[in-house]
Amino acid sequence: MTGKGAEELAPAGATVAGGQVAGEILTGDVLAGAAREAPGEQDASRADSRTKNNRAWFLVLPVVVSVAFTAVIPLMTVVNFSVQDIFSPTDRIFVGLDWFRSVTRDPEIRAALLRTLLFSAQVLLLEIPLGVALAVSMPRRGAGVSVALVLVALPLLIPWNVVGTIWQIFARGDIGLGGWTINNVLGVNFNYTLDSTDAWITVLLMDVWHWTPLVALLAYAGLRSIPEPYFQAAQIDGASAWATFRHIQLPRLRGVLTIAILLRFMDSFMIYTEPFVVTGGGPGNATSFLSILLSKIAVGQFDLGPAGAFSLLYFLIVQIVSYVFFTVLTRTGR
Amino acid sequence: MADIRLEGVSHSYDGGRTWALKPMTWTWRSNRAYALLGPSGCGKTTLLNIISGLISPTTGRIWLGDREVTSVPTAGRNIAQVFQFPVLYEQMSVYDNLAFPLRNRGYPRAEVDRRVRTVSQLLGLDGHLGRRSRRLDPGRQQIVCLGRGLVRPDVAAVLLDEPLTVIDPALKWTLRSKLKEIHRDTGHTLVYVTHDQTEALTFADEVVVLKDGEIVQAGEPTELFLAPAHEFVGHFIGSPGMNVVPAEITGGVVRVGGAVVGRAAGDGGDLPPGPVRIGVRPEFVRIVPGRDAPGWGGPETDTAGRDAPGWDGPGRDAGARAAPGLQARITGVDRMGSYHLVHARVDGHTLVSKTGPGSRHEPGAVAFFRFDPGRAFLFRDEVRCGSLAPLGGSLEQPLEGPLEGARGRSPEGRQGA
Ligand SMILES: Nc1ncnc2c1ncn2[C@@H]1O[C@H](COP(=O)(O)OP(=O)(O)OP(=O)(O)O)[C@@H](O)[C@H]1O
Ligand SMILES: [Mg+2]
Repeated sequence: MTGKGAEELAPAGATVAGGQVAGEILTGDVLAGAAREAPGEQDASRADSRTKNNRAWFLVLPVVVSVAFTAVIPLMTVVNFSVQDIFSPTDRIFVGLDWFRSVTRDPEIRAALLRTLLFSAQVLLLEIPLGVALAVSMPRRGAGVSVALVLVALPLLIPWNVVGTIWQIFARGDIGLGGWTINNVLGVNFNYTLDSTDAWITVLLMDVWHWTPLVALLAYAGLRSIPEPYFQAAQIDGASAWATFRHIQLPRLRGVLTIAILLRFMDSFMIYTEPFVVTGGGPGNATSFLSILLSKIAVGQFDLGPAGAFSLLYFLIVQIVSYVFFTVLTRTGR
Repeated sequence: MADIRLEGVSHSYDGGRTWALKPMTWTWRSNRAYALLGPSGCGKTTLLNIISGLISPTTGRIWLGDREVTSVPTAGRNIAQVFQFPVLYEQMSVYDNLAFPLRNRGYPRAEVDRRVRTVSQLLGLDGHLGRRSRRLDPGRQQIVCLGRGLVRPDVAAVLLDEPLTVIDPALKWTLRSKLKEIHRDTGHTLVYVTHDQTEALTFADEVVVLKDGEIVQAGEPTELFLAPAHEFVGHFIGSPGMNVVPAEITGGVVRVGGAVVGRAAGDGGDLPPGPVRIGVRPEFVRIVPGRDAPGWGGPETDTAGRDAPGWDGPGRDAGARAAPGLQARITGVDRMGSYHLVHARVDGHTLVSKTGPGSRHEPGAVAFFRFDPGRAFLFRDEVRCGSLAPLGGSLEQPLEGPLEGARGRSPEGRQGA
């Protein structure tokens, strides 16, 4: 997964959330497929009345074991934290759902949730159209292809914290090229360490710069897979460039864009490293996203109970939203 | 309607190292149905794409009537093209698919509707207009593609690039006859690319055979069958393909391994001596029992007169008397139902004769194989240079008989080359 680096740096709760999302979508799909096939299978076995050998299920065991160690057991630790008040390794009280109640009522967490949702929405609205536009304008053949690919892929090769550092310096009003240009050439007062809007814009631009290439590459792969005769038919039918895009390219990008939207939503919703490096969540709470707040609670204050409850809810939200996106995108236009 | 004229048109995909299409000058006459026939990779698609403007030729000029269109983009030429696989706007309904070319050209709504309904009626798509085009079966999808070509009022030519490949054989026949019907009614110039000789011969007014980027012969289906101008045409059209027997011209006489088979009649004057190849269709190879031939009284005498009755043209006896024929040993007989294929070896080469279903030839027997006069041709470098004439008689006499027979036989049997 592309989120590896972030997960390693993020606190325990977020790591569990990130790892589990991908796993859940896959298993969910497999199970749904199995459920759909089940009735037919039963009919068949009744028809030929052979005894079924169920030992094949043992073949699934390695998956069950590895999922248990990578996801279920760490997750259960978090569940454990979330229902107890722990004072020391030997001194703990079962508190039921108290932590969940207090977390959902915490105004700071609610504000962070809204902030993160807004950030993800803006990321998707900017990066998806921009990525598609970039992909459409990339050359389809010739020497330009490799040049364009390398140029576009460049931001993806830079580690998360380095991206943060680059932008932290780039956007500075005194020594950063970007910040300095805005202040002194455009004449607009820009300071992301003091102004919360400026900080938000900086973080958003950084994400767009870093991740639009991913969307562009996915879309480009999707575009490349469209057979040449489709474009030839469009020429024969006298379609304009826009009509070609609208009726040939866009419909055939549905699959890759579904993946792009899911990836970008999950990643941006769990964004941690870059804003942590650039703004540290400030000024004030302006760029304090859920993950930053979570790490503050879990690592900074060592409040394991609330952090556990928070992690589980965080994880649940990512799953639900991803599921909704996935369902809507794959069901529509059938 | 206008003729489409190609003047020295050629195309190279790799800057001149290899030529997908060699310079050709050729006119597609208006209102005719052409079949473009040729092996894979011979440049058929390239030629169509040049006509429709999807690619521009490396050299040469293209004329639509008296308008030069060499540099006019596809949208500016009134040419429709259907591809090998259905190319649809998949999320659109059938109606919208058909309307798409008209809407792109800014036709008023009422006109679009009228034309779409006319075409859908013509193609039997009326019941499907509201459906998503993606949900149709491949055959219908291809019909929709054809409809997108026919819906435009200004179309001068319809180019079809192996359009029936994806369609199952039963539907193929219906579609092909529908296509013919539409061609008759609308009078578009039709160029139909196919690998399949049956399709080509039954469909077209004129067949154009392309090989290695060159037109090797063009003409009516019977002409291609009876008088191939290139060895490839002989192999490609007809089933089984033409026999080719290496021979030698010495002193105006053609010999196969020492035996005289006839006189060399050059297409353009006398043929110089040297090696030559005789090409003759199995339909025009007669098997004569050994007894008839001078100096031969072998074991085959009992088969006299049992040769296929209905297959012999009036010219047969004249030719038979004139040339003794080639002595050959029969190696096998394929019984194909309505005809037999008799295989023999002569001078180390195989020779096939197509005989009537009543013939009784046995493997291992020796017989004389004789070529119908005027139906055996001489090839040098694969190109026809003359024909084989009877030793004594003239070339003129026996054309009608075999021609009748050939017309009836040519489309049947094996497909492809
Ligand atoms: N886009 C291309 N780039 C490079 N070479 C090409 C291209 N398209 C075709 N060719 C080459 O040009 C030659 C002619 O190709 P073309 O597609 O016209 O053949 P065809 O007769 O249509 O074959 P088929 O029956 O397989 O469709 C082939 O040798 C092919 O490899
Ligand atoms: Mg082709």
